[in-house]
Amino acid sequence: MRPFKYTRIDTIPSAVKLAGANINAKFLAGGTNILDLMKEDVAQPDELIDISALKLTQIRVLTDGVNKGGVSIGALAKNAETANHELIRMQYPLLTQAILAGASAQIRNMATNGGNIMQRTRCPYFYEVAMPCNKRVPGSGCGAMEGINRMHAIFGWSEKCIAVHPSDMAVALAAYDAIVLVQNREGQQRRFSFTDFHRLPGEMPEKDNNLVAGELITAIELPRNNYADHTYYLKVRDRSSYAFALVSVAAGLELNGNKIASARIAMGGVAHKPWRALRAEQLLAGKEPTEANFKAAAELEMEAAKPLAGNKFKVELGKRSIVRALNVAMNNDGNK
Amino acid sequence: MNEEAENHELTADEKKLFEDLMPEDLNEIMDTGFNRRHFLKLMTIAGTGMLAAHLLGTEQLLARPLSPAYVDNLSAGIENAVKVSFKVNGIKKSIEVDPRMTLLDTLRERMQLTGSKKGCDHGQCGTCTVIADGRRILSCLTLAASCEGRSITTIEGIANDHDLHPMQASFIKHDGFQCGYCTSGQICSAVALLTEAKNGDASYVSADIRKRPAALQLSEHEIRERMSGNICRCGAYPNIVAAILEVQSGKAVEQTWNFAG
Repeated sequence: MRPFKYTRIDTIPSAVKLAGANINAKFLAGGTNILDLMKEDVAQPDELIDISALKLTQIRVLTDGVNKGGVSIGALAKNAETANHELIRMQYPLLTQAILAGASAQIRNMATNGGNIMQRTRCPYFYEVAMPCNKRVPGSGCGAMEGINRMHAIFGWSEKCIAVHPSDMAVALAAYDAIVLVQNREGQQRRFSFTDFHRLPGEMPEKDNNLVAGELITAIELPRNNYADHTYYLKVRDRSSYAFALVSVAAGLELNGNKIASARIAMGGVAHKPWRALRAEQLLAGKEPTEANFKAAAELEMEAAKPLAGNKFKVELGKRSIVRALNVAMNNDGNK
Repeated sequence: MNEEAENHELTADEKKLFEDLMPEDLNEIMDTGFNRRHFLKLMTIAGTGMLAAHLLGTEQLLARPLSPAYVDNLSAGIENAVKVSFKVNGIKKSIEVDPRMTLLDTLRERMQLTGSKKGCDHGQCGTCTVIADGRRILSCLTLAASCEGRSITTIEGIANDHDLHPMQASFIKHDGFQCGYCTSGQICSAVALLTEAKNGDASYVSADIRKRPAALQLSEHEIRERMSGNICRCGAYPNIVAAILEVQSGKAVEQTWNFAG
């Protein structure tokens, strides 16, 4: 690992001020991704600003603002604490399940909510510094495009980058229409709707998200929702636990009598950002929650897929995963 | 070549190692003419875990703290040095570290606590698992500099002096290892796992996220999911799960095997 300066801070203003003053500095929270990237020489910060002492760990009901009655989760609350918090388990079980589908118990005890959505792709060509990668070294090319790309994107990729976002938690946050709160060095707050937080690769795959230098995530807001009775996070992977998704589906259904009032579907492992399946959601609204309708929705969503040489299987897998996630969510029988 | 000439005496380091491992036997062995070949043979056997069973008694070996006489004097001339104080196995430690130093390397290289092992060093194998403030974490992805004020428990601090922790005893009883390299991580992980179960924490395979039982009794399926962060290349998983199930039940089950000889 290259030498760097370690700075421990205890206020938000000092954190954003320091980060704003040094373009080569990175925030350190749980460390589970940044330290790994530094060991591999993929990330080369000359300063780590340890923000873990900041008081951003609260998980609480929002008592005012546009999301009144919803829940705010602190950027520095640990993934494990968040998943097992009473408010989240009762009102946002999809988030609990998505968090628990990711990584291992040890990593979930370390990783923070802000860090989770900031984590970088696990594309092996991004991680291997001997290979070209436009995300790691802009303009160097993409090793994955003609390489081994069975884990890569089927939606929204560009000629510059076909990597996928690795987070499970972020897929559930996309389904819940979460809001990301950030603070800049002037002390101003910005709010991102979750689907605007991460970016598609386009011409600038080196930018994973729309934060600007020095901005710090302080919290994530979860709007109130009526999906809690019918949700399921399905994760399909090469082994049954502790592996990144080939495809994952976060599904939530709100029922009105025997009809679907509204549906939420987001996918992981298929794009550079958590992929909201809006076309499938729209098709399901007002329909009966039958397998035939679930299949029609899945077909419609996957029509837009553009698979690569190595991941054509993800199109059929994606369809079946959407149908299965909706079926389980509908029957609400957990993982049985 | 005169083979005997190579074999006669132990080096000072070898003698020290032997003294650390088997202090009560040292004099006897030296008096009865102990040569280097015999020493190397013993050390090879020790690598397979047989020494533990035959010569020392496994329990004594596992519960044994390392030499307290070690003095850390490596802090001179560290670039960007960071001062940090944290507790390790109940003892307060204050050291200066290079910010790049992981908790794992600090435990192993600066505190002589070599029970925690380095497997992948990238958070993929769980071998370096320690317990920090009651929660299992990966020491390879934790900077020592970020441990200010924390309380770390390693495999060396799991036992109650010379009495094994029930999880250690159960791992021995159920043969929850083959090569033993992942074992300290497995045991630390399993100890913390039972605390999580007592708290009613859910896992990805929990049937109903929205129900929180006061104290969970974990099925084999649940234990496998919750222990998935600890990889065992020898594939001792059935025995590891059996060891954890026994500790969870609080009831001793019959041991179905014995050490040979």
